[in-house]
Amino acid sequence: MEKQKQVQKKQSATAIFFEELSKSSGLVTFLAILTGILISGLLVAFTTVEVYQAFSVSFWGGIKEIVKTAWSTYSTLFMGAFGNPKDIVAAFQGGDALTIRRAINPFFESLVQATPYIFAGLSVALGFRVGLFNIGAEGQIFIGALTATYAGYAITGLPAFIHIPLAMLAGALGGAIWGFVPGFLKAKTGAHEVIITIMMNYIAFKFTDFMINGPMQDPNEYTPKTPWIQESAQLTHLFADPIRFHIGFFIALGVAYLVYWLLFKTTWGFELRTVGSNPNGARYAGINTTKSTVIAMSLAGSLAGMAGANEVLGLNFRLVPSFSSGYGFDSIALALLGKNHPLGVVLSALLFGFLRNGSRQMQLKAGVPIDIVSILQALILAFIAAPAIIRTIYRLKKPDIEEEGVRVSGWGGK
Amino acid sequence: MAEPKKTPMDAKTTTHKHQSKSRKTTMGILFLLIAAVIWFVFVRPLDAGALTTYTMVPGGSTVSMADWVFPTAKVLSALAIICAVAGAYQLIRGFQNLTNAILGLVAVLFIFSFLSWASSGGTLNLAGLLRVTVIRAVPLTLGAMAGILCERSGTVNIAIEGMMLIAAFVSTVIASMTNLWIGMLSGILAGALVAFIHGTLTIKYKVDHTISGTVINIFATGITSFLSSKFIQKTEFQYLNEPGMFPQVDIPVLSKIPFIGPILFSHNLYVYAMFILVPLLTVALFSTRWGLRFRSVGEHPKAADTLGIQVNRTRYMGVILGGMMAGFAGTYFTLGSSGRFDELMTAGRGFISLAAMIFGNYYPFGAMGAGLLFGFFDSLAAKASILKVPVPSDFLGMLPYIATIVVLAGVVGKSNAPAAEGKAYEKESL
Repeated sequence: MEKQKQVQKKQSATAIFFEELSKSSGLVTFLAILTGILISGLLVAFTTVEVYQAFSVSFWGGIKEIVKTAWSTYSTLFMGAFGNPKDIVAAFQGGDALTIRRAINPFFESLVQATPYIFAGLSVALGFRVGLFNIGAEGQIFIGALTATYAGYAITGLPAFIHIPLAMLAGALGGAIWGFVPGFLKAKTGAHEVIITIMMNYIAFKFTDFMINGPMQDPNEYTPKTPWIQESAQLTHLFADPIRFHIGFFIALGVAYLVYWLLFKTTWGFELRTVGSNPNGARYAGINTTKSTVIAMSLAGSLAGMAGANEVLGLNFRLVPSFSSGYGFDSIALALLGKNHPLGVVLSALLFGFLRNGSRQMQLKAGVPIDIVSILQALILAFIAAPAIIRTIYRLKKPDIEEEGVRVSGWGGK
Repeated sequence: MAEPKKTPMDAKTTTHKHQSKSRKTTMGILFLLIAAVIWFVFVRPLDAGALTTYTMVPGGSTVSMADWVFPTAKVLSALAIICAVAGAYQLIRGFQNLTNAILGLVAVLFIFSFLSWASSGGTLNLAGLLRVTVIRAVPLTLGAMAGILCERSGTVNIAIEGMMLIAAFVSTVIASMTNLWIGMLSGILAGALVAFIHGTLTIKYKVDHTISGTVINIFATGITSFLSSKFIQKTEFQYLNEPGMFPQVDIPVLSKIPFIGPILFSHNLYVYAMFILVPLLTVALFSTRWGLRFRSVGEHPKAADTLGIQVNRTRYMGVILGGMMAGFAGTYFTLGSSGRFDELMTAGRGFISLAAMIFGNYYPFGAMGAGLLFGFFDSLAAKASILKVPVPSDFLGMLPYIATIVVLAGVVGKSNAPAAEGKAYEKESL
């Protein structure tokens, strides 16, 4: 009797574990990513001519070709993002420093690509936490890059430990101005931030174009380019060429911690989050929602601005018209994937950095257009936003507490 | 679901009262300021004898009309005086309910002054500018009507941009393989399909409407660019990117009216479709039983449900009709405007449509008015090189976007969005 009871208890413990796992949101996130990858893989396969040729021969041949295409796509993506394991082993056995650096470069390059994602993702996440949808990160990145470049070349004779923070702050300030405008308009007139930030994006693109073509053009260049920034403003590279990994990554991690501390450890951050989760309650509690909106958008703008500054000060060292990054738009999906939490943002920024870096190799070697990453992002985002889809596909149990999706205020400001 | 304490009507009246006094003064000062700009910036530096010449026939038209020539300084001085008088009257007495109309008038006078000043000593094709305005207004108005269909029935749709892009792509490929009409139809169906996804995500899965719209926008950008660079940009698939364009059709008699004829009545089918769809949708929404039911779902779903209207089914219908409209707008870009598909060719027009929708206060005619306004700035930006102005082309290129912000923030403010939009509806269990 006793023994039987014990066995039953043991079984239920395992059952409980699986039940809990099945309810957890971490599993949903994982499955969302996995499902997104699977569907994108199928999409690549079904837009490949060879697959249809194989199908015309035999059904199983076609299936095999699908698997082969998807595999080659994702393996080049993986090797583009992390480096080719064989090359790395061979390089370390050979012992030549340059060969080693070349072999491990993809991994560090992914971190380089992840850095602006961290900044921009924090920007969007901060907005969401306060109930604001910042689609304007892209424009804020441009303006941040512009102001950081100016601070980088116009100010001379400073030591690096002053010049670098100064240039980063200039970028943050530029982005903050670009975020302040929609925040202010939203708070004062009720104009919806989604449309205003999108319009601010286009204005930022034109304005940057104008500045590079006019006032900020390097007089020694025939094509529109700004002058090179001072060496004292350049973010220090930690390895020799070709590895471009620089201290911007650690600055980004520091800023992420700062945002975490601000949002979750200060009264002020609590107020901001209250405005986001329950604006009416916040007003009732005497929180100045107008002020919160303006400050939150400015802060979000400054974070995105730092992403732009990071790109100029760490990689390009000057601003050119083709600066267009797309980081700002990607970071919407990124922030939601990271559940708008700074730690989640850092993790998903790493994922997006790997995807972005890997996809270039994929385009070059496997001939798969880079845009597949956007499709993948959209799919993941859809599954994260609608966990019910994932729960239905994989027959997971419903969680006890209703999952909290992200909510953004409607046009009427409600 | 808790009922909101304030009904939209209450909110509107209170803000109106609160704003009216400061708004009265602000507007008065604004009118005076515009008068001052016209006087000091435009009139003062002009030569007394300078002439402004407006060409009244758009390029390529056969309807003849004499040029409109006037002495710039004299006319602009008169306009400045009108603006100043309006400003003074506004400050002393106030135009009350007419304020917005006067604001519109002053704005028109200001833009006219700017154009006259910028083209002083040369010629500007006014008819051409207005003709292009009408053309540029088409995707914006159609897009705004797509928005109206969605939002009046309670679904926020920021995915119009994505729907347009997908429809543009699909219509190009299908039209290249078959003909223009089937291409257009397939574009409309593609819009409906994307809208169905938006509906499923928002209505069935209760995803936040803005998030769902963003998902669709990202997906649309990705899939169209992916397929475009994988197929139709390559030379061996070039034949899939040659759909042709709907030809221009002159409407008999009407197109022969001087000035107005070429501007309004010698276009391709999209412009005429806009002229027909705007009143049609107005009648359907506001004068039929169908329209009343349709709107009730967006304003007060609970009441609608009590009366036996199937809320979610009606919302699906709204989203899908909106998607079809957005799809139709999307086919304009390829079959009505450029005759080929380019990546990201909608260039934010879907978002500007949303601004036009809000500015037009969720009415089709309002949306067309807003569409024409944005279309004008768009067309002005395109004409920047012709104007002899010391304004860099990049700044003129910003005009449509700045106009959107000014209009949204300055004129509209909190708009009368349908009360229940963006909120999922769940039947209360008994």
